[in-house]
Parts: sequence; structure tokens; C-alpha cells
Amino acid sequence: MPKLTIDGLEVEVPAGTSVLQAAEELGIEIPRFCYHPRLPVAANCRMCLVEIEKVPKPVASCAQPVGEGMVVKTNSPAALQARKNVMELLLINHPLDCPICDQGGECDLQDQAVAYGKDKGRYIEEKRAVTEKYLGPLIKTAMTRCIHCTRCVRFLTEIAGVPELGMVNRGEHAEITTYVERALTSELSGNIVDLCPVGALTSKPYAFTARPWELKKTESIDVLDAVGSNIRIDTRGNQVMRVLPRLHEDVNEEWLGDKSRAAIDGLAKRRLDTPYVRRDGQLRPATWAEAFAAIEAGLSGLKGAEIAAIAGDLADAESMFALKLLMQALGSPNLDCRQDGAALDPKVSASWRFNTGIAGIEQADALLIVGSNPRIEAPVLNARIRKRVLKGGFKVATVGVKTDLTYAAQHLGDGVEAFQAVVDGENPFFDVLKTAERPMIVLGMGALARADGARILGAARHLAEKAGLVKDGWNGFNVLHTAAARVGGLEIGFVPGKGGLDTRGILKAAAAGKVKAVWLLGADQLPTNPLDSAFVIYQGHHGDVGAQVADVILPGAAYTEKDGTYVNTEGRVQRAQRAVFPPGEAREDWKILRAASEVLGHVLPFDSLDALRDALAAAVPAFATPDAAAPGAWGDFGEAGALDAALGPLGSAVSNYYMTDPISRASPTMAACTLEIIEAGNARTGTHG
Amino acid sequence: MLRDEDRIYTNLYGFQPWALKAAKKRGDWDGTKAILEKGRDWIVGEMKAAGLRGRGGAGFSAGLKWSFMPKGEGPLPHYLVVNADEGEPGTCKDRDILRHEPHKLVEGCLIAGFAIGAHAAYIYVRGEYYNETKVLQEAIDEAYAAGLLGPNACKSGWAMDVYIHRGMGAYICGEESALIQSLEGKKGQPRAKPPFPAGVGVWGCPTTVNNVETIADVPTVLRRGAAWFADLGPENNNGTKIFCISGHVETPCCVEEEMGIPLKELLKKHAGGVRGGWDNLLAVIPGGSSTPMIPKDVCDDVHMDFDSLRNVRSGLGTAAVIVMDKSTDLVAAITRLARFYMHESCGQCTPCREGTGWLWRTMVRMEKGEATVAEIDQLLEVTRQIEGHTICALGDAAAWPIQGLFRHFRPEIEKRIAARRADAKHRAA
Repeated sequence: MPKLTIDGLEVEVPAGTSVLQAAEELGIEIPRFCYHPRLPVAANCRMCLVEIEKVPKPVASCAQPVGEGMVVKTNSPAALQARKNVMELLLINHPLDCPICDQGGECDLQDQAVAYGKDKGRYIEEKRAVTEKYLGPLIKTAMTRCIHCTRCVRFLTEIAGVPELGMVNRGEHAEITTYVERALTSELSGNIVDLCPVGALTSKPYAFTARPWELKKTESIDVLDAVGSNIRIDTRGNQVMRVLPRLHEDVNEEWLGDKSRAAIDGLAKRRLDTPYVRRDGQLRPATWAEAFAAIEAGLSGLKGAEIAAIAGDLADAESMFALKLLMQALGSPNLDCRQDGAALDPKVSASWRFNTGIAGIEQADALLIVGSNPRIEAPVLNARIRKRVLKGGFKVATVGVKTDLTYAAQHLGDGVEAFQAVVDGENPFFDVLKTAERPMIVLGMGALARADGARILGAARHLAEKAGLVKDGWNGFNVLHTAAARVGGLEIGFVPGKGGLDTRGILKAAAAGKVKAVWLLGADQLPTNPLDSAFVIYQGHHGDVGAQVADVILPGAAYTEKDGTYVNTEGRVQRAQRAVFPPGEAREDWKILRAASEVLGHVLPFDSLDALRDALAAAVPAFATPDAAAPGAWGDFGEAGALDAALGPLGSAVSNYYMTDPISRASPTMAACTLEIIEAGNARTGTHG
Repeated sequence: MLRDEDRIYTNLYGFQPWALKAAKKRGDWDGTKAILEKGRDWIVGEMKAAGLRGRGGAGFSAGLKWSFMPKGEGPLPHYLVVNADEGEPGTCKDRDILRHEPHKLVEGCLIAGFAIGAHAAYIYVRGEYYNETKVLQEAIDEAYAAGLLGPNACKSGWAMDVYIHRGMGAYICGEESALIQSLEGKKGQPRAKPPFPAGVGVWGCPTTVNNVETIADVPTVLRRGAAWFADLGPENNNGTKIFCISGHVETPCCVEEEMGIPLKELLKKHAGGVRGGWDNLLAVIPGGSSTPMIPKDVCDDVHMDFDSLRNVRSGLGTAAVIVMDKSTDLVAAITRLARFYMHESCGQCTPCREGTGWLWRTMVRMEKGEATVAEIDQLLEVTRQIEGHTICALGDAAAWPIQGLFRHFRPEIEKRIAARRADAKHRAA
């Protein structure tokens, strides 16, 4: 461990640490533009120059490894002068258009120009102007502002694995471009907006809408995939202006998927802002009292077994818990949180969690992905897999429809027969798993939501036990969810009670008239035809599939509008916070259920969120310890039996990354992404637009 | 003056064929096996003792550079890269070696490659050197056919392969780490150092990058002995050097001379003297376009070697002597060089990308006298803002010619500015 002196303070750091990092250990901040701790070092902005004794020239501290006995001065007159010199050169061709720049107020260049800039420019020649680039519907460019730090290029090349940006030309004609004027196809592209230290890349949907100092910032949790990315919701008044990632090393590091970032304009569209009651075959606006009266009438006289409840993908744990208690009070065992019919075993917690943990991927040394496309199901998690792949010594294989995962993966086959071959030890990849020290399997909803899902789950358990995926201190059995509510629902036990029906059973029974009333808690991803004859209560925030078949609509709150608990795919309990109020008459979901319970004569035993959370924690202890993730308990799960090759190849549960839930389906930005990124490659016909 | 028998490049002008048979007659490939048999340590030690300083411009000891390579054979292969991307304006020495003395280079590749533990050498040739590349490739083919290269080169038991890679015309690819990038198929942009190529070079493997002339010198140095080479030239500036004399001389030429020869003698003996006589001399750029110019009074008694030229605040560089007589508009000349460096800046790091354009634009106005005297100081300040702040030395190279101009000829430019102002006033009146 070399020992060095920085600004008179001694510090000992591991060999290979850069001078800049060593200075950070001491709390000394060296200004920088191109350096980013998660990206490869470029050393091209030259802002982090420091003086090192016995070295004649100023040294870029981001690229200089520490040496024994090095004496570094970060604030000597020579170092400050060097930085001032660089700052002047950075600004000569910068347009200095801060008043009309969206980065204003949160711009590294602006901040550092205050510290190192001159009050007057000496450059009187003509400035450079660079044409704008088209990067798709999410990223707006003003390339004249670019300082060529190449953070965006390095992010897309290294982290996202979609090398679509690069620097062309030389010298002062150097430009960052996509080469071919096509939208970026990375699901993580929005992160380059955060990375850009100047206003060259800004958010297109957010363009010219707000200044950072006007925004109220609320720390929350993303629900548009099952990763549970930590986010910051920026609001002005009662409007969500933007969503930015928040640092969580074990979940999303500091990245965020494009959908989670940009689907928020869907929060203001197609909203249910007042209760509706179906009269004469038409949904008509109603008051809360009328809606509850209609529910009371609809449920009166029904036996418990004739009532059912299905929870959707965005439901918070509190409302699912409240609905479960209400259903129990009504005597109904028919409830399910698996609206896609995924064959997750509710009895064994290891069977539904991402047991290895997202950060645990970095310790793994072999991975088999079955029936999942993590790139579109959980882009941030996919970036973690890619990070592990780049470190080397990590074999990845997939079973399912072949796609570009952004890293090299051996494709074992499309269908279940390829998976069966691995399970039986006939495919050589079985030996790779068996000989690996920390092997992993990732099972996607594309496999589990099939009719033979329970058998696939059983086969996967068999493989896990046979190949040593589960051992002391390591659980390599992972389920990758696509729904933010799913794991929470399973933890709570929002699953059929004794003799109860699951989603498939409920739909079948509803079609047969045996289930007469169904409570949909934001369930929009299921075939609604079987519900035509049933009395449907839809509680949710968007006028999507579920609302259309409803007899009574109870307007609920979206994830930005309520304090809610979500459990991510790892089983990590995280709390989202309310950033804005629900629109119009809409209310927080647990409150709606509490009010309904009173009308139905089964008053729920809590009248505040804290009381509800206490009851929830008492019932399910995991909810008492937020932000803890642990592997589930191993046990016997899944079914034995032959897998059904006739069901076709194993696909992904997600076909269009940009539209997976009521919020993103209502989002104009996500529609633009679908059109410009996914359909851009498809031939257009005369009926388009 | 260099005696004929001390010349390394006896066919520099191509009076004899370049091919293997003639080359052998000139002494190439003589006893190569014996040299290799003396072992790696002996070769590196002998090179250090000879004091051969890199001929590419920086003048770093070749033997010392070789000794930075990891000893023995590690898990990664070693590579020798020969820099034949001769792009420095005024320089044309490597070209003559490539087309008239290619076997000296090929033999040097084998010996140097052996000395650093490399089984492969890449010669990165400037793309414009089309015919030179053809000659070099034929020379390599001849060497293979004669068993001088290949799995058992010169029957020494050492496997050696030599490949040619052609550049695409970027000046920056002559910088060793940009050359490595380009060789790997990437955009030619210098890498941050450390790590140095001896640790992390081509494809992440230990690599030594040497200039053509350095490598071509090696066989003769080893054959005739370090003592012979060290005896030539002043202390610490040993050996002979090919000088490329261009500009306002009677007979521009490339010539091999002893290091430390007085500039006046060099021009007189080999280039027929300055056009119009020595007194017609205005200034000389002594080492390729990036070195600062020296005025006539310095030229009168300066010696041509690394240290002497450094003492007059210039440098030997590639030893490309650009002679300018009194008919030259020095400001226009330096403006043209400023434009060259702006054009060739890779654009990677801030000071050079932004600064070289600023320098050129200001120089354009200086040339016409459309500037203020205060701007001269500002211009010099900008050169110092670029110099030493960049990843590679192109920033320095862009700054030095301008600094050299103003160091010696500032009054001329001030006069020009004053004249322009007077003229403008006169016209206005």
C-alpha cells in the first residue's frame, strides 16, 4: 500500500488507486469533467491537473496511479493556474448560453467556471458551431455545448454495451455522433443525460419545462420493472417533471432504465380522477358514496367463494395487504397476485426470489438464463450481468429466443428441450454449471407463465440441486420478475387460500358464472373477456384494460402519489414516498379499501398508514426491515413431469420494453420510443400514420 | 566530418540496388546469428554502452527503453513496433532508409525483437509511402526466403515475424500510443501515460516502439561495437545521424553526418550553403517543424546534437533542418505550421483541441499585422496554456514554433503591426 502526501496530508491507499481517488479519500475534491468512477478513464478534459513534486508538468490526477512517497499539491498556485488555463480553453468555443440551457443550475461547467473561469473572455475569433444530432425521442442535443469529455461514448460502449455513439473527425472538428442519424437503441440511453457534464445532452421530454431550483425532490422507488431502482422524483406544484436515478450500490448503482425515467408523462394521461359506476351499460362519473353503494349492492348476497380478487403489477404492498384482509373478511379464498398465471410456488420463498441478489451477480462465475430477456425486462440488472461479463471468467448461456443481450452468450436452444438437456446433464453447459464455484440460473416469466411453468420450475429446482447451484453461502437460483408488485404479493400471501382459485381458475370460474364478483387491484394484464358477465370492481389509476370491463371504478393513486412499500425481485423491501397528490377525486389505495370495508360491514383494523404498516409487519416480519435482501428459504417446489415442447420457443414476457404497464402505455414519450426505436427498422405500410 | 568508413547508411542515395544480394555486400546480415548468440542482456548492455538515443525526436536512450521490457517470457507476448509514420514536416530520412536500405531495418527488427523478447514486429508505415512500402515488403519477403526471418531466423532458433501495417495519413499516428491505437484498428488517439507501452502496449501486451532510424542503426552498432559508436559525436550525443536539409539551400538533401557537427559546416558541405550566402540566412528550424526556430546569430556556431540545441532553447528533434533565408516571411511560415497542428490535433483533450485553432486564427491576423501588440503576449500565454497540459506532445509541438518565432523576431512583428496601423490611419485620413 503506497503512502503519499496530498496537500500536506498523508494517506495510504491500495496500489493502482489514482491520485484523484486518493484525494477523495481525504475529502479533497479535485474538479473534473471526463472522469467518472464507473467509466473507463479517458483523461481528456485536463481539468483535474495537479502538481506533483519532481514532475515537471502538471499531471492529470484521474489517470495517474499513486506512487510511494509522492507529494501532490492540488491547490498550489501552479495547479490552480493549470486548471484556469484549461477552463479558459474549454469556454472559448462553448456558447455560454446558460440562460437558455436546460442544464443551467445543475451544470458542472457552470459551477466550475465560477471557481476557475475568468470574468472576461479573451477569445475574439469566431466560435465553433456544431449541428444537432438526432439521438431518439429521449435525448435532446445541443452539440455546440459539447466539451468532448466522451462520458456518453464510454457509457454506451462499456456499461450499456450498445456502442452507437462515437467521436468522429479530428481536432476542433471533433464531434460526438451516432454516425448514421438513428435513435439510440439502448434501454439505458437516458443515463447519458445525467452523465453529460454540460448541456450538450439534455432530456427531450423535459426540455424547457422547469429549472432545477423550482423542483421539489422526493426520494422514492421505481415500479415500472421489478428491479426496484431507487429514484428521485422531481415535482413542481402537483406535476411530476422528471425522474432521476438515486445511488444504491446493491440495486441500480446510479443507472436507470429509459422507461422508468421517461414514462412519467403517462401519469398525466388517461387518468381515472373520479369514481365511475356502470349504469345502463355505460360507465358514468359518480360520487364515492354512489360507488361504494354500487359495490355494496353488487356484493350483497354473494357467498365468499363467489368473490375473487386479482392484484396487478403496480400494486403496493399495503393495498394488497388491505385487500387480502377484506377478502378474508368476506370469506373469499380466491385471490391471486400472479395475473399472468406464473407458476410461482407461494409456499417456498426461495422459489420466487432473485436469491443471488443483483450485486451478487458480480460474484458469480457461470450463468444460465431461461425464458428471459433481461435486457428489456430489467435493463439495469442486465448492465450488472454485462459488468460481470467484462471482468472475464464468466460463462453465460441462454435458453429461449435468441436476442442481443449486449454481451456474448452461448445460445443453447429456443425451446424447453434445450433446457431439459441441461437439466439431464446432456448439454455440456451442465458441466460448466457443476464445475463453477458460484453458478447461477435466471428463470424468467417467459418460462414460468407458460402452461407448463410449474414443471419448468420443478426442472429448474432439480437442476439447482443437481448442479450445486445452492450451497453454503451461495444461492444461485434466481427468478427475474417483470412486475414490481409480484414479490410483495407473494410475501404477503396474496395467493389462493384453502380451496381458493388462482388467476386461471378465477377467469375460468367467472366465465362459467361460478365467480360472480371480481375485485381488480390495478390488474390490467389479463384477458378480460371471461369477466364480461361478472361484477367487476376496478381499483386503479389508469383507464386501461381493467377499467374498460369494470362495473365500478375506484380511482386510485399511482406510485408517485402514495406512500407505498414495494418488494423488488431480490425480496428487498423498499419504501416509495408520495411526491404529488392523486388527481381529482382519486385517493390512496389503502384508504379506498379501508373506506370500502366500512361500507361492506367488515371494518379493517387500522385507520392510519402507520397502523396498517404495523399490522403488515406483524403478519409478515420481512416488512419490518426495509432495504434488507436475503435469499429465501430453500424447499420443495415446482412440479415433476415432462415439459411441453408444443408450447413453442421460450420467449420473453416483455415484447415491447417501452410499453409494459398502464403508465407507460399512456405515455406519449414511450409511444414515440416504440415508433422511432422499435418500429424504425420495420417497413412501414400505407396504413401507418 | 564523418569519414566514409564510419557511415552506417552506405546506400542512402540508392546508387546501388537495395535488394538482399547487394545489401549483404554492404555488410547487412553479416554475423547476425553471432550477435543473437551473445544473448539478450549483452545486446541491451551494448546498446546502453553505445548511447544510441532514439532518432524519432525525443532522444530517449534506446537501450534503456529496451531494458524496461519485462524480463523473460511472461504470459503475454512481447511486440516490437517500428514507427515509420514519418510525418513531421521537413523530415524524410526514414523514407530513404525504407526505399534504399530496407535490409538494415529488417535486420534491426530481428535483433531488437530478440533483445526485447518479441517474436513479432510491426512496421507502421506512413500511408503515403506507397513505393517505399512495396520495397520494404519485398525486402521482408527476401529475408523470409533466405531464412533470415521466420520460425528459425538466421538459424538462431529465435522465431521472428515482421509485418507491415500502412497508416492512413494522420500525423498524430506518429505518436507512439496513438500509433498503437491505430495498429489495433481504433481511432488514432494518444493514450494517457502511464501505463507506458513497455507495460501495456499493443493489445495490452508489453511493447517497444522505436523509430526506423533507431532500429536500422542497431545491426551496425552491434557489429562494429559500442565503443566505435560512442566514439563518434560529443559526449551523451553519440553516433551518426541522418540530417534532412531543406529550404533555402543550394542543394537540399538527406545526409548522414556525425552528431555535433556545426550547423554552418553541415549546410556548407552537404547542401551547397545557404542560397545567396551565409549572410543571407534569416533563421533555421533545426529539428522538424515542431522545434523552435533559431536566428542566424545562433546558427553561426551552434552544433547539431540534442544537448547543444537544447541549450539554445530548441531541439534536434528528427534533425530535419529547414533553412529560411531573408526572403522568407517568417510569420507566414509559422502561421502555416500553426494551421498544420490545428488540422492534425486529434481533438481528444481540451487544450490542444481548442487551443490550436485559437493560435492559428491569431497568427493569421499577426501575419497581416491586424493585431495589437498586447495580443502577442496573449498569444504566448495561450501557447503556454497548451504546452505541458495535454496527453501527448502535439500540444507542445503546436506551441513551440510560435514561441520560437516571438523569442527571436518579436520586434519584426511589432513593426508590422505598427506599419499596418499607420497605413490604416493614413488611408482613413
